[in-house]
Amino acid sequence: MNSYLLPLLVLIPLFGALIILVVPSLMPGTNKPGTLWSNALVTSLVTLLLTAVAVGVPMPGGTTLFDWSESTGAMQLTGEAEWVPAFGLVLGFGVDAFSMWLVILTTLIFPLALLATRDSVIERAREFYFWMLVLLASLIGAFVATDLIFFYICFEFTLVPLFFIISIHGGKQRLDAAKMYFFYTFTGSILTLGALIYLAWWSATATGVWTFSIAQLTASASTLPATAQSWVLLALLAGFAVKLAMFPFHSWKPFAYAEAPTAGSAILASLLLQLGVYGMVRIALPMTTTAVVDWAPLIATLGIIGILYAALIAWTQKALKPLIAFASVSHAGFILVGLMSLNIEGIGGAVAYGFNQGLITAALFLCVGMLQKRYDTETIANYSGLAKVMPVWSCFFVFFCFASVGVPGLNGFYGEFLALQGAFISGKVLGPFYAIFAASGIILAAVYILHMVTKIVFGPVKVPSPVKAADDNNAAVYAGDVNAAELMALAPLAAACLLLGLFPNLLLSPIEAPMQAVADKYALTLAADDAEPVETLAAAVQPRDVVLDEKLVLDDRGTLLADQRQELAQ
Amino acid sequence: MTDMTHLLGSIVPEMILGIGGCICLMLGLCCWEIPRKLTPLFALVTLAVALVALCWSAGPASADAEAMLNWVQADLAYFVKQAVLWLGMLLVLVAATVPGRLNVTRDIEAPGAKFEPAFAIRGEFFAFMLFSLAGVMLCAGSTDLAWLFLALELTSLPTYLLVSLGRDKLDAQEAGVKYFFLGALAVAVMLYGFTLIYGVTGTTRLFPSSIDPSAVSIFGAIQDMLAEPGGKLPPLLIAGFAMTILGLSFKIAAFPMHFYAADVYEGANVGVTTFLAFVPKVAGFVSLIVILLTLGWPLPTPIIAMLWIMAVLTMTIGNTLALLQNNLKRVLAYSSVAHSGYMLIGIMAGPGKALGTDGGQALHNGLAGVLFYLVAYGFATIAAFAAIGSLESKSDESTTYKSLSGMIWRNPMLAFVILVSMLSLIGLPPLVGFSGKLYLFGPALGYNSGPFVSIVVIALINSAIAAVYYLRIMGACFVGEPDPEVKPKADLIFRQFAALIAAVCVIIFGFPGGVGMLTDATLHAIDVDAVYAPEVFVETVQTSTPMIESAGQSAKVELIEADSITQ
Repeated sequence: MNSYLLPLLVLIPLFGALIILVVPSLMPGTNKPGTLWSNALVTSLVTLLLTAVAVGVPMPGGTTLFDWSESTGAMQLTGEAEWVPAFGLVLGFGVDAFSMWLVILTTLIFPLALLATRDSVIERAREFYFWMLVLLASLIGAFVATDLIFFYICFEFTLVPLFFIISIHGGKQRLDAAKMYFFYTFTGSILTLGALIYLAWWSATATGVWTFSIAQLTASASTLPATAQSWVLLALLAGFAVKLAMFPFHSWKPFAYAEAPTAGSAILASLLLQLGVYGMVRIALPMTTTAVVDWAPLIATLGIIGILYAALIAWTQKALKPLIAFASVSHAGFILVGLMSLNIEGIGGAVAYGFNQGLITAALFLCVGMLQKRYDTETIANYSGLAKVMPVWSCFFVFFCFASVGVPGLNGFYGEFLALQGAFISGKVLGPFYAIFAASGIILAAVYILHMVTKIVFGPVKVPSPVKAADDNNAAVYAGDVNAAELMALAPLAAACLLLGLFPNLLLSPIEAPMQAVADKYALTLAADDAEPVETLAAAVQPRDVVLDEKLVLDDRGTLLADQRQELAQ
Repeated sequence: MTDMTHLLGSIVPEMILGIGGCICLMLGLCCWEIPRKLTPLFALVTLAVALVALCWSAGPASADAEAMLNWVQADLAYFVKQAVLWLGMLLVLVAATVPGRLNVTRDIEAPGAKFEPAFAIRGEFFAFMLFSLAGVMLCAGSTDLAWLFLALELTSLPTYLLVSLGRDKLDAQEAGVKYFFLGALAVAVMLYGFTLIYGVTGTTRLFPSSIDPSAVSIFGAIQDMLAEPGGKLPPLLIAGFAMTILGLSFKIAAFPMHFYAADVYEGANVGVTTFLAFVPKVAGFVSLIVILLTLGWPLPTPIIAMLWIMAVLTMTIGNTLALLQNNLKRVLAYSSVAHSGYMLIGIMAGPGKALGTDGGQALHNGLAGVLFYLVAYGFATIAAFAAIGSLESKSDESTTYKSLSGMIWRNPMLAFVILVSMLSLIGLPPLVGFSGKLYLFGPALGYNSGPFVSIVVIALINSAIAAVYYLRIMGACFVGEPDPEVKPKADLIFRQFAALIAAVCVIIFGFPGGVGMLTDATLHAIDVDAVYAPEVFVETVQTSTPMIESAGQSAKVELIEADSITQ
């Protein structure tokens, strides 16, 4: 059972997509937007249920299928199937706490996004729901893959569904937006492919085994010469940092977000961002340690420029979707600064921050989508005093805005805090200066978000005329406050924000082990940079002895480190 | 058995195609209408019979082929013949209705009209297709420069005529003439290269034969030259190979002989264009592989430099010019130029070296990658051309981006075919084009040296550029309102069928089972161990292994060093 769980998670959405593709042709009666919508919703709920069972329901043995108490960061629920031996490919599945959280996020966001956007896709609904489910499958696939090429295939294939979702169902400039999104990210990720093959070749010459297994390649990539590492890092960044929308490669993002249909924007903002983070943490950071240390100040600087620049642009936006999109570019900057701190605080904080902001941004996009559905406009100047017209919606919106700004007690706070703390204390790589500059982005975020909130939620009542139903001139399609389906979409998101905000350890303690494994590599690299490696190594690892000694670190070098530490302690 | 019987034994399928072609010629002149109209069907049957004969008489390890062609070529020829026959059937299907739609044919076949054999072209049309396919198959198994030359001409000459025959318009005549004269020029260059090779080595035989081991061969002569102390190849020989490659670049539509591609592809009927986009390209690449096998890999530096420049310019020019076109036939013509550029990388990388590694054999073998890519490209291109050729607009015959608009509403099947073929040409996983790119670029990266890594990076950037126009074609099908003037041609059911089959193949060969099957076939076709066979290839092994060994060793040394640092 255990090894079938993850393949099932990928196959169920594909099966649902197949049903949507085939059944309406056989039974024309089912080719109605409502029926297709419920089909897609049920399929995504099944994946959510399966994930929930895997992480939440204790099995007869007393533990859940996914063992949260596992503290070594080892892959769980693993499974392998022969794929193309001549290419050295296997279909490898496996998750650790980090990927499991991302799978949870993915399976959670999809049904909620579908719930919130019921009836908003009427034309060509069949294609829309088909591509949505294909997207769900490829996202889960990317998060559960342990084989690099399998990961890459899923990573890359997300382009196709999103291309169609944006280009068919988007706003006025949808085709241009879809093409821009495709070109930007495809150009980046095709270079990544080159780097991945190179890494595999390097591992093959060193070990004599052709494999694309992430764990194997990570182990042998550490012997890459420094120049080669720099090139590999650049190629990896081309794929992952462009997905993250690192400044100056961010211009596709606001455009695509603004033009995509609401569910598409929500998924782009919350999940595609995670793909970038995941690629950085899983592949780029562990594999190119030497190069990352060299390039970290530059990347962090670009991150800081991104934070400030995007925040200032967001402030001046006249429409809601572009504003949130630029806010998301700004968040990507924080993530980069956190990651480039190269310590557990920074990396863990960046991952937590990305995760939480994904949740919040998706919620914000869904809220804006609800406004758009009622009044067919998202221009800020058209709205005022919504608190009186749509009180429930306003409550949720203000709540998510506060979460986004990073009000303590909500989930946007601690990730940001940890990432900045990481940057502050990472004296060898970044340092206080970086942290101070990045922190000014928090103030700007408060400015542009609250500026927007005060304008549309408070003040004298002013709303545009509601959208009328096509067949009945008097009745508005949607009148008044959020309806039941929308409430069902927003309430779990708000609950998740509050829960993760009040109990950060729900998220932080499980992901500590995998993050520590990444950070340890840097403790070693940074220590090796110094003149007297043995003493500094001791200094570098001393403070964390208590936590670390309980952990069995996955790879060879990590194990060496643990042994070393014990010797030193004696 | 004598040399001759072995020889004839190895070319049974080609002979079947030749005989079938002759019967086609006669069928096309038949005074009854029904048999005349069945000519394409007969051509299909001929191909099927040849395929059966190939699998039955000259299987992978056929004694005749082994005896005649020795190590590597027997398997290479088997793979190429099989691929050409399978895809040839699709090509005949795509072109099945071409002669019947010509005004000439309509005139003489109109009810009540008198049948005029002088104007009937059905027979020639399909006979030429069969002859041309036979030519490609002969290229793969050629043991002699003269044979290779004749086989290449047998491939090309019918295509010149096909271009002019397939359409009533003046454009087609123009295209045919252009194609013929440029082709003749290219052949002259190639022949000049052949004479230089012959002049230096003193023989036209390509490889030593197991029947007559004492016979001098180009391969043997080159090995002797390299075996001498400080052995170097004479510049004249290098020049000979360089001219040969130049001449062959016409067949594969690569720089500097790519100029004709757009005009000829545009001028010809779509059925013929599809043929041109695949058949001469296979002939060119297979001949390149056969000729360069006599040199052995790694290739001499001047040849590497030349191929590098050719490949870079071919893909960059192809993709850039494709961006600027509006006529879809021209877009696809330049796209086919660009794909030749990618495949030249595989030729540069060569059959690779037998690294003592588990699995991943495919990612050392650039030549097998070229064969794989040829098939991958073949399916996708046939699907794309056939789908686009199934549309007809009233105003004029050229199909532009605009005529594709809203295809999904008018003809979902064709829209699906275009979607799949474009995604595969972009190289998006999990379609066969992705595996093809992996397979081509992997071996080149394995060299880990500047020229090879840089060309892969250039190729990857080019793939990104290419995505722009492929995506434009794909996007046009799914967005926008249908153009009422454009509708699928009613009588092109065969072509649509061929397009669908090709698209399905693109999907099947992209999935694990399909990739595995095709990869194993290509790996068998270019068997690294056979290429560097013990006795004959001692020299090559010696020159090629140290590099890899030293790379592996240095990596191991660094591993050890890294370990010692941590301790």
